Amino acid sequence: MSSEYLIEVEDLKQYFPVKTGFFKTTPLKAVDGVSFSIKAGETLGLVGESGCGKTTVGRSILRLYEPTGGFVKYNGEEITAANIQEYRKHMQMVFQDPYSSLNPRMTVEDIIGEPLDVHRLYNSKQERREKILSLMELVGLNAEHATRYAHEFSGGQRQRIGIARALAVDPKFIVCDEAVSALDVSIQAQVINMFEDLQQKLGVAYLFIAHDLLVVRHISNRIAVMYLGRVVEIGDADEVYENPMHPYTQSLLSAVPIPDPVTAKKSKRIVLSGDVPSPMNMPAGCAFCTRCRYAEERCAQECPSLTDRGNGHQVACFREG
Amino acid sequence: MSEEYILQVKDLHTSFYTDSGEVKAVNGVTFNLAPGKILGIVGESGSGKSVTAYSIMQILANTGKIVSGQVLYKGQDITKFDKKQMRGFRGKCCSIIFQDPMTSLNPVFTIGNQLMEAILLHTDKDKKQAWERAVEMLELVGVNEPRKRMKQYPHELSGGMRQRVMIAMALACEPDILIADEPTTALDVTIQAQILELMQELQKKMGMAIIMVTHDLGVIASMCDEIIVMYGGRVCERGTAEDIFYRSGHEYTKGLLRSIPKADGSKERLVPIAGTPINLLNLPKGCAFCARCDEAMKICLTEVPPQVQMPDGHYASCWLTYKRQMNEAEVGLNEQ
Repeated sequence: MSSEYLIEVEDLKQYFPVKTGFFKTTPLKAVDGVSFSIKAGETLGLVGESGCGKTTVGRSILRLYEPTGGFVKYNGEEITAANIQEYRKHMQMVFQDPYSSLNPRMTVEDIIGEPLDVHRLYNSKQERREKILSLMELVGLNAEHATRYAHEFSGGQRQRIGIARALAVDPKFIVCDEAVSALDVSIQAQVINMFEDLQQKLGVAYLFIAHDLLVVRHISNRIAVMYLGRVVEIGDADEVYENPMHPYTQSLLSAVPIPDPVTAKKSKRIVLSGDVPSPMNMPAGCAFCTRCRYAEERCAQECPSLTDRGNGHQVACFREG
Repeated sequence: MSEEYILQVKDLHTSFYTDSGEVKAVNGVTFNLAPGKILGIVGESGSGKSVTAYSIMQILANTGKIVSGQVLYKGQDITKFDKKQMRGFRGKCCSIIFQDPMTSLNPVFTIGNQLMEAILLHTDKDKKQAWERAVEMLELVGVNEPRKRMKQYPHELSGGMRQRVMIAMALACEPDILIADEPTTALDVTIQAQILELMQELQKKMGMAIIMVTHDLGVIASMCDEIIVMYGGRVCERGTAEDIFYRSGHEYTKGLLRSIPKADGSKERLVPIAGTPINLLNLPKGCAFCARCDEAMKICLTEVPPQVQMPDGHYASCWLTYKRQMNEAEVGLNEQ
């Protein structure tokens, strides 16, 4: 009954109605048929530009939104609105902004303790407190600070509080939505290392959503690249970075500023012209065809689906090789 | 002497006077900018990099004040300028573009209106000529259909387009210096690549000097002729991109480089800098970085490190480098 994968996402669709006239609403297709799966203890990096739907994917998996179509399976069993409460014990989320994702009126103890309260994971007050203190220790916070409020901590420490809160229910899967983007580089490295340590120690799987491509490559086993609500390429992290096959991935990776003067001066950027089209008015075929160097007639009419190019490296493009 | 540099910043101190005390954001920053060069200022939040830029333009918040030091533009000290002189300086001699193109344009005026404002203020062009100039500038920065855009409002443009408009506005009066304060931080990577490319192209075409303020080591690596690394309101290190990345002489710079993932994809564990960023309300007596430095010595706690000169104008303010150089000099003497 338990499957090979911890999380399976099948043809996930998330449309938001947008009022476009007095009586008219048009669906905004934030996520349009995304499928992927994550093994236990694995990290899948999800990259893409703003507006491509990567955050929405993360939120739909946890049913912070009710998906329009498709389904998510945890350990082979489908998650529905009726049983999500139960599954939130296994799946948690760490948010981007450590400033707005913590309630300023609650002490650290209460913030970390809230998931314990919700899921009734303790028998006595004593046990609750012990659990909270051990969680704080786990993420490298000083247990003496349990009675402080969130504003008394720095950005990096707040992100640790957010992580401790996610870990409180002992989840097997965490969605990290831009969890290190708001932090300075020196602090970012501390938090990235901590994510890696926690994975080793607790065997959690991550869906690591970020726009910093160097960070994602560093932390991920596999990577999925999204463009306008669809996954255009997915595969082993090194494979995707060394041998990107989709034209969008190629230009995305070439645009990454490289922190090394010699390599940076040698590398050639494939600069994309134009902007991302509006998700309200998507091209009928491949979403990328308006900016693609190789676009043909066919691309504008048909939508390419993900096809395997060996070793689980899947690409959604008509172009061969 | 002053001819050689277009802008010289000498021992600049800027503080903010808040309810909880004096926040010393910039503590003695010195650098020179040669005409037509690109200078990168890199540092983490709170390192004083943006405040340095704002001090040059004198656009600090009400609580902020330049306490001491000089900013020489073509040999003239602009910290002594009155308000009217400063208005002449901004836009015409030196322009700034900001991080967030969403909030730095006025939402209730058209793009054309905002672009023409600077042109009408600084040149004696009439409205029609200013309009033409504005269209020309939009074309130059690669905005498509410039005539249509002139009549549009900022919300009708995408982030990348807005940043292009900001650049057009900044360059409309052909300033000698362009300060770019995190110009691409709010943009996506592919758009960031477009904007950086555009800035380099315009720099070649128009020949202005650029001060590039950023926290992204990747952005400065390929672009800058010279880089300053700042921490706690002081300059830690100055040198070319190669000096900074390959022959770094300051522990903070080394720490920064170790804490970013390598571009070649090696899964080597990152080495973060321990501790938390410095509190500017309560600066240490010695080196600002000493509390987080692995190699800190006794002297680092009590005395501000001197500038240690290395080849080709590369210098670092670090006691460790100082000691090393002293040792090498001694060895050299003994051998002689």
